[in-house]
Amino acid sequence: MVLEFVLGHLNYWLFIILMMTGFYIVVSRGNYVKKIVGLNIFQVSVFMFYISIGKVTGGTAPIYPINLQVDPNTLYSNPLPHVLILTAIVVGVATTALGLALIVRIREEYGSIEEEDILEIESEMQRKENAEHGSAMGGRA
Amino acid sequence: MRHHLILRVITKLLVPPIVLFALYVQFHGDYSPGGGFQAGVILAAGLILFGIVYGQRKVKKVFPPWLVHKLAALGVLIYGGTGVISLLAGKAFLDYSALAAHPKDGQHYGIIAVELGVGVTVSAVMVAIFYAFAARPPRINDEDW
Amino acid sequence: MDVLINLVLFIMLVATALAILRMRHLFAVVMLSGVFSLLSALLFVTLDAVDVAFTEAAVGAGISTVLLLGTMALTSREEKMPRNFSLLPLIVVIITGVVLVYGTLDMPNFGSADSPAQTHVAAEYLKKTPKDTGVPNVVTAILASYRGYDTFGEVVVVFTAAIGVLILIGNLARRREPEESD
Repeated sequence: MVLEFVLGHLNYWLFIILMMTGFYIVVSRGNYVKKIVGLNIFQVSVFMFYISIGKVTGGTAPIYPINLQVDPNTLYSNPLPHVLILTAIVVGVATTALGLALIVRIREEYGSIEEEDILEIESEMQRKENAEHGSAMGGRA
Repeated sequence: MRHHLILRVITKLLVPPIVLFALYVQFHGDYSPGGGFQAGVILAAGLILFGIVYGQRKVKKVFPPWLVHKLAALGVLIYGGTGVISLLAGKAFLDYSALAAHPKDGQHYGIIAVELGVGVTVSAVMVAIFYAFAARPPRINDEDW
Repeated sequence: MDVLINLVLFIMLVATALAILRMRHLFAVVMLSGVFSLLSALLFVTLDAVDVAFTEAAVGAGISTVLLLGTMALTSREEKMPRNFSLLPLIVVIITGVVLVYGTLDMPNFGSADSPAQTHVAAEYLKKTPKDTGVPNVVTAILASYRGYDTFGEVVVVFTAAIGVLILIGNLARRREPEESD
């Protein structure tokens, strides 16, 4: 009973482990390109999780034979998650491209793509602005 | 890339089959795995491969940036146009039964037109993004990789 | 047999993800992300999602790798050495993982044919597709016909991403030709 439960849910837990690895890369590393790679890993494992909801044991891909003679005994896996994930993959690559373009511009503005360096440069700029326009802006930039 | 003879020869041999495969996947999306997205990405991958090995000047002679930008918009227009044609025929937006006499034929025409729009836009968008990235002067020399 | 294939692919995926986590040389990280996409495409095939595997292999291992390499050529080659190990991200990740596992405890077993996901709309679509559209590929029929409006929104999203990238790094205002760069 417990073995059946564990075997039935093992796939979900494995995909959650992958998700958490990707999540950890995003949260713990400071390099922006690595963050985007970690986000991609997270995204792909969410897709796997979602598609594993639609799988039917003993089923096959949801494509009928070309003459449309559907055998009523064959089981077909659920096509709806496939459609959603197809859309999600393409939208994902679009957002990745935008994120990478932003990283290129950040590099040109700040000279680095490490989070610590950029935070230092930002606080430097803030301190300089406070020193110059301190009283005019109420003492805080 | 002038001294990478094997890469250049293999690319020259590979790019036509890649383009052919992209067209096959586009039009066989009804009968086998495939469709507009996959076909667009495969076509873009073929063009990007050519651009990487032979230099972006050469690939820009075949597909100049202004053409690629306009193709990206054209794909969306094809998709929306299919919907508007259904509207003009008196039915709902993207109702394919308005496109032909028999509703099933209308579905076929509608699906082919819509997938064509998707394929054109996706391939043009990927190539346009590649052009944007490749046109910037690089900050890493070729020897430092 | 299925379980064995899934397990082997999953172990390779986790090994690749851990290698991406540890490596500092960005070129290797980008290549490993391409490997990750290909392995996940294999996993999608074992989950009967052939359209998705096709798209993931083409997009993840093709376009994503090229874009990441292009970004790398324009930014930097190596990740900076992390200064000190902080425990907070690890705790957050572990808590999130535990909560997610708790959430999956009352999900139906993997592959069961009578779960709620298989019985309502999907069974309808599988039955009606040959009669309504005459298209054998059910995924294309749903994508282009039953859910055509969503696909329209998606095409517009892709187009918008292109516009965004062109605005950010398109150099559209400059009129002189860039120098010869391979």
